[in-house]
Amino acid sequence: MDAQAWTFVLVGLSFALYLGIAVWSRAGSTGEFYVAGKGVPPLANGMATGADWMSAASFIGMAGIISFAGYFGSVYLMGWTGGYVLLAMLLAPYLRKFGKFTVPDFVGDRYDSSAARVVAVLCAIFVSFTYVAGQMRGVGVVFSRFLEVDITLGVIIGTGVVFFYAVLGGMKGITYTQVAQYCVLIFAFTVPAVFISLMLTKNPVPQLGLIGSVDNGTTGLLDKLDQLNSELGFDRYTAPPESWIAHEGPRGYLDVLAITMALMVGTAGLPHVIVRFYTVPKVRDARMSAFWALLFIALLYTAAPAVGAFGRTNLIVETRDARYSAEGAQETDKIIPDWFRSWEDTGLLAWVDKNGDGRIQYFPGASFTSASGKPVFLTGADGAPVRGEHGERLLDPNSVTPTDNRNELFIDRDIMVLANPEIAQLPNWVVGLVAAGGLAAALSTAAGLLLVISTAVSHDLVKRTLAPNVSEKTELWIARGAAGFGVIGAALLGIFPPGFVAEVVALAFGLAASSFFPVIILGIFWKRMNRAGAISGMVSGITVTSLYILYFKFWGGSREGWVLGISPEGFGSVGMLVNFAIGITVAKFTRPPTEEIQRLVEDIRVPAGSGESHAMQVPPA
Amino acid sequence: MQDRRSAHTESERGYWHRNVRLVAILLSVWALVSFGCGIVFVEFLNQFRIGTAPLGFWFAQQGSIYVFVALIAVYVVLMNRLDRACGVRED
Repeated sequence: MDAQAWTFVLVGLSFALYLGIAVWSRAGSTGEFYVAGKGVPPLANGMATGADWMSAASFIGMAGIISFAGYFGSVYLMGWTGGYVLLAMLLAPYLRKFGKFTVPDFVGDRYDSSAARVVAVLCAIFVSFTYVAGQMRGVGVVFSRFLEVDITLGVIIGTGVVFFYAVLGGMKGITYTQVAQYCVLIFAFTVPAVFISLMLTKNPVPQLGLIGSVDNGTTGLLDKLDQLNSELGFDRYTAPPESWIAHEGPRGYLDVLAITMALMVGTAGLPHVIVRFYTVPKVRDARMSAFWALLFIALLYTAAPAVGAFGRTNLIVETRDARYSAEGAQETDKIIPDWFRSWEDTGLLAWVDKNGDGRIQYFPGASFTSASGKPVFLTGADGAPVRGEHGERLLDPNSVTPTDNRNELFIDRDIMVLANPEIAQLPNWVVGLVAAGGLAAALSTAAGLLLVISTAVSHDLVKRTLAPNVSEKTELWIARGAAGFGVIGAALLGIFPPGFVAEVVALAFGLAASSFFPVIILGIFWKRMNRAGAISGMVSGITVTSLYILYFKFWGGSREGWVLGISPEGFGSVGMLVNFAIGITVAKFTRPPTEEIQRLVEDIRVPAGSGESHAMQVPPA
Repeated sequence: MQDRRSAHTESERGYWHRNVRLVAILLSVWALVSFGCGIVFVEFLNQFRIGTAPLGFWFAQQGSIYVFVALIAVYVVLMNRLDRACGVRED
């Protein structure tokens, strides 16, 4: 069978599995819809959290980001895992003890304030929508790349599947599909990684391959990569560029610290991650599932830097100064590998022979400019590709302008994961597996986010704020309806992507860091924290962060204006500090919270007596 | 049930105090490996090696993640023990 047939079979089978699980685990009550009846075992919750957290960007994009960014890629690795330590120790156990369903529930009840609840709801919806748009787009891209269907059709198929199991099953359906999706995605990521690692370093464990040797054990992998990078004129791979150390470059250490911190705190503050810890039976299960979650995430996150380093080494070694065409080549000449042509056809690679020598030169800088930043190939009147002198695909001169530097090669970073099966010459079913894995990653994250949106509308807005007397049955239908609308909204954003999705993600993390995290932490660890402090803290944190990001991302602010050299990506850390500072100061000068609230805080600090008991002590909103 | 409230006791206060201390210790290690070894001291640590990899780079891309997993494992074990010792374990 060819790769495409395998892709159809494996993607089809995995979808059938997800739908089967959805029918088996459909939700019968709001408790099941919101938090899976609090009956999820910690191991399963850990897997579900892993799938929930790891998106198409983690699965397809991260290894590529690292392979191009080198040392700087560490901010994502540390940021997106370090947040789980904060979650495990500062949030998860106490929020589980508090019970209920959502993050706005905690904020609203702890501070006895509808205003605080509504601010939290709006943040939750904004953060989740930003994220989900990118996921649906990811679904469409995977479909179009592997199955050669239109991106729009791909988004519609993906939407249909998510619609079915999220709307029917709620959290219960999502949890068990995510468990299956985690297994699919980790298997799909690991199999090619193992073979690439074997091929390059003779070590089957990719994590160890990164610290292993290449070229028959003569050179360390990373030494080789550092050497290749310096020969070609790129920054060192394994250390910050010299310019940082001299504080001349655009990013100094302070900015790297700020970005890492913002990603960590943002991760810990993301509502779709936090809510997963509400689904387990006991407080100690919440701690345990944080452990499983990080372990399962670490399996991919420690393999990704290895895959990135392997991919980059391989790509440079195989293509550098290689001839595109075998015709007229001398015996000593290197010819491009077969996979080069197939990935050229998908637009992930492109070559402009600037100096006309028929060989590929790879140097720093963009090889060409175009509106999308991606190659646009020239096609003839019959739609067939137009080829150059050596057989390479020619770029359309109307939309692509070659730059005047020496670099001739365009490499899309996604290739580092997508092309692995072919580079390692693995059988065709592995290609299908990678497609199924990418879809599993995108769908599982999309479903988790949609649930946050639907819960925020039906529970936090309708039930707790607007119409407290609504019956459970009606509430469940409102939740399903909101999930349905959410899916359709996300699909539209996937089909007609606004140009600023990538920029807005910085905003999502920044807002999560500067809004939820401080008020939840203070709500648990400082009994004296009160309503005025929480609201003023949240509002000032959000305002400072979003204005900074909007100014530098959309309103034309330039790098020179960065405060203390901190980029918009890292400013969430500053927003968080502002939130803490203002919140604590205002709380000091205003009245302490009521006896009842203080007892609630004492109660959530202690595991014993979880379940329904404490719900009675919570004052009505 | 009512008694649990009035018995909001020495042992529960002690429990919370020890909980906060444990978390503070573990989070210092968390900050040390990520912000310390992975960022601030990366140049210094890169003169040492683990396998063939520069140590600072390894901490930034893999080592810190292993330590994070280990920290949560230690936290789970010690907190479960503390729950039992202070009699606040859920049944």
